[in-house]
Amino acid sequence: MTEKTKKNRVLVGKPGLDGHDRGAKFIAHALRDAGFEVVYTGIRRSPEEIAAAAIQEDVDAVGLSSLSGAHMRLFPAVVEALSKAGAPDIPVLGGGVIPDEDIAALKKAGIVAIFTPGTPVDKIIGAFQDACAKKSAA
Amino acid sequence: MSIDSLLEGLKARDPRAIGRAISLVENGDESADVILSSLDENLVAGAIILGITGPPGAGKSTLTNGIISQLRQDGKRIGIIAIDPSSPISGGAILGDRIRMMQHATDRDVVVRSMATRGRLGGLCATAGAAVRIMASCGCSTIIIETVGVGQSEMDIIRLADITLLVLAPGLGDDIQAMKAGLLEVADILVVNKADCKGADILAMDLEAVTRRGSANPTQVSMTVATEGKGITELLDRISSLDSEHRDSGERHKRRRGAHDQEVLDWCLEILRPKLLAEIRRRELPLPGDPRLKAKKILDEH
Repeated sequence: MTEKTKKNRVLVGKPGLDGHDRGAKFIAHALRDAGFEVVYTGIRRSPEEIAAAAIQEDVDAVGLSSLSGAHMRLFPAVVEALSKAGAPDIPVLGGGVIPDEDIAALKKAGIVAIFTPGTPVDKIIGAFQDACAKKSAA
Repeated sequence: MSIDSLLEGLKARDPRAIGRAISLVENGDESADVILSSLDENLVAGAIILGITGPPGAGKSTLTNGIISQLRQDGKRIGIIAIDPSSPISGGAILGDRIRMMQHATDRDVVVRSMATRGRLGGLCATAGAAVRIMASCGCSTIIIETVGVGQSEMDIIRLADITLLVLAPGLGDDIQAMKAGLLEVADILVVNKADCKGADILAMDLEAVTRRGSANPTQVSMTVATEGKGITELLDRISSLDSEHRDSGERHKRRRGAHDQEVLDWCLEILRPKLLAEIRRRELPLPGDPRLKAKKILDEH
């Protein structure tokens, strides 16, 4: 049989109307430099668009970025859209300007990791690696 | 997902199953054989495979998006394989072609798959070919392979296509003469995108002049403004009349045969490469010594 060449594949995108994509692009580049294949879907996506793209691309994890304050609505909406589309097993990670008091609620809503400003990039990469490994093992 | 439910899903054209099947083949999983032997060869034979190539920034993804919109109006189901380079250092990749096609993201009849080159020599050709077949078997009557037209692996990919479009735009460096010779030669249709921009007419004239040289019927140049959907209908008309010409003349069959043989060769090498590498390492060949002679010795002994 051919050599197994499994690569970590992730989607990075921004749900909602927030157009500030510097953070998302920074993370996309950091993940690429760590050996990930990153499907970048850009700004102003609906949760349904992100879920459909994640499924077509068969990614191991989805990373969301939000700087507008709409994370409490949009992050769980992506988790739900994935579930509705038949992919509840694809883990969702999120980052951005997120107050500490929101983190517990987001985790409860199914977001596996939350990154606030100042999180070291290695920690973020590590969380994506963990999420991909868990998904592949499942 | 079990292999049985995956095969069921493929029959039902389930997006999750299609995505999974392409990954399994791409990753060299054992189940690839079962997946690929389940495909509908008639659908694969009937589909039209379009190659879209050109330099970065020419508007390939935007043109692809325009073509999708037009074909969807005609009720066709479409597959897109968008190829981006992997970093040779980290092995990672940013796959961003989808951004221009997101308006079709929730349309189940537009199957988009991004693929990284992963530094494979022939391997990319083999896996992209398999993705084309999976998409065709799942009802996509047109399949677009989009790739930057530089580098050998990209040129190999384009050989999978029945018809190849080379997309150029004014202002990207007008030195057509110096352009990689192969690109102009493999293109069936030349497209000047961003035709509303300054320099588009001159670029089109230059292209016509270059292709006219030594040819009785020079390649016609199509003009498009992909962001506004202009020129797409005319372009698709040209594609479909060229396709019928190719079907009548046997050219299409000839190309499919060439691509098929190349894909079989690529798969042979893909399957052999890890075995050979293991054998080479196992032997712990002494240094120094000529690598070619050692290679022949290993092959002779097998």
